[in-house]
Amino acid sequence: MTIKHIFKLCFILLIVSCNENSNITKIEGKRIDIDESLLENQEIEDFIKPYREQVNKNLDSIISFAPETYSKSDGELNTAIGNLMADAVYSESNTVFNKRTGENIDFVLLNHGGIRSIISKGNITSRTAYEVMPFDNSVVVVALKGKQVQELTQYLAAAKRAHPVSKQFQLTLTDDNAVKSATISDKKIETNKTYYVATNDYLYNGGDRMDFFHPNDSLYVLDYKIRNVLIDYFKKTDTLKPQIDNRFIKLNN
Amino acid sequence: MKRRQFIQQSTAATALVGVSGLGLQSFNTSKTKKITILHTNDVHSHIDPFGPEDARNANKGGVARRATLVESIRKENPNTLLLDAGDIFQGTPYFNYYGGELEFKLMSMLKYDLATIGNHDFDNGINGLYKQLPHANFDFVSANYDFSNTVMDTHVKPYKIFVKNGIKIGVFGLGVQLDGLVDKNMYKETVYNYPIEIAQDMSRILKEEQNCDLVICLSHIGYYYKNSPDRVCDLSLAKATKDIDLIIGGHTHTFLPKPTIEKNSIGKNVLVNQVGAYGLYLGKVDFYFESDKETKSEGATIII
Repeated sequence: MTIKHIFKLCFILLIVSCNENSNITKIEGKRIDIDESLLENQEIEDFIKPYREQVNKNLDSIISFAPETYSKSDGELNTAIGNLMADAVYSESNTVFNKRTGENIDFVLLNHGGIRSIISKGNITSRTAYEVMPFDNSVVVVALKGKQVQELTQYLAAAKRAHPVSKQFQLTLTDDNAVKSATISDKKIETNKTYYVATNDYLYNGGDRMDFFHPNDSLYVLDYKIRNVLIDYFKKTDTLKPQIDNRFIKLNN
Repeated sequence: MKRRQFIQQSTAATALVGVSGLGLQSFNTSKTKKITILHTNDVHSHIDPFGPEDARNANKGGVARRATLVESIRKENPNTLLLDAGDIFQGTPYFNYYGGELEFKLMSMLKYDLATIGNHDFDNGINGLYKQLPHANFDFVSANYDFSNTVMDTHVKPYKIFVKNGIKIGVFGLGVQLDGLVDKNMYKETVYNYPIEIAQDMSRILKEEQNCDLVICLSHIGYYYKNSPDRVCDLSLAKATKDIDLIIGGHTHTFLPKPTIEKNSIGKNVLVNQVGAYGLYLGKVDFYFESDKETKSEGATIII
């Protein structure tokens, strides 16, 4: 018996043993809780530690200051925190948009529900931005005809919610929630003019039933997360001074 | 010359010993073999446990605790596979800061055997996923994503076969439709193919051609869509296929207290399981095998 023979024999044995299927006779399934009853694996814990410390150091380094606490419920049709977010999206994104297209953003529209947390009085860190905007939504700029911007104003009038708009946009409602006046940079909306409206990809894709973004002339995806907009804005702003103003109001008799 | 001959002989002898060992096990009809399948899904970068103030999941989860649990189960049964059904990325600042590096490194330390790709694993683009591959000491499977025209080409196989204690285990992967869910700029030229036909094909290859004793589908297509009952999901997949023993799911963050038993296209039982999200739970399914040819074909006893 040569070595070749031995190998051939091995091969045959392997084939035979593989060909004999095993049958499943019993199955047991359950789920196990991962909780405090389990000790932490020290090797894993030690491995995570430097990453955790680095993340916390970054998240907790102070980048701005809030003299007051700002909440999305402290205003009727516009709030200080919403105005801050919309204006921040305008200033940070317009730099990117202008560099890319040579055009300027006309105004910003975000959604009230997209403000996920208050900004607490005191120091502002990157963690604040993660709390206010935990989702990864990004800025998109949509080229909309004036007619659709008018639909947008109708939407805001009907929604009666403090959806954040940037300061270039002004909308006044009558006491029975009809549009009394709507301007962009102090000019009336022209039906056939193209406006560049910045929003987030969630709303662009139909979130909060904002159907007026389709159809459109064109879409510019800036690859700029709203959270990063906030972080960049905070870093540039020593003290936040957001205010409730007249950008979106309702007249009272 | 003499030395070389000695080496050859000893190699042959070792091979023979190895094979006869395997042969003995395979032919030993009375011995029951146990394969343990452990699984997670939609961990979403949840590396640390939830804090004590968390409204829903206070003090739950955590990779370091999962490591302890997996280690003790492996000690009890070395014939264990640890699988993940996708959406490893996105959900905590760890992902935003390190792009998934830490997630893959930790999964490698926990000795994950295999994972499939979820929609959020494209969140830093397909290039972002590709960039993290060197940190993963485990493979990825997806049978219905065609990566031919992307950087991921050749890095993702449709299926992988493991042999544990002589039991042949075939695992194939399935991913969710990306259009409408993920920005095209992110997934680029990745092609999604409808999962049902792919799964039928995969189970045939694994069962009939590769002679696997156990066929597992690692799926990120979602458990079930109440508001879109016609959308393809794990439950419809289970019913429309045969020869799959276990579907491990993800995507819908469905917290199943125990696996669901579904009937497949020829009336046999399939287990469908999913353990919610964020590493709050570990799924465990034990399969007991007997090589006795006389085992009745009416199916296994299922204890859940």
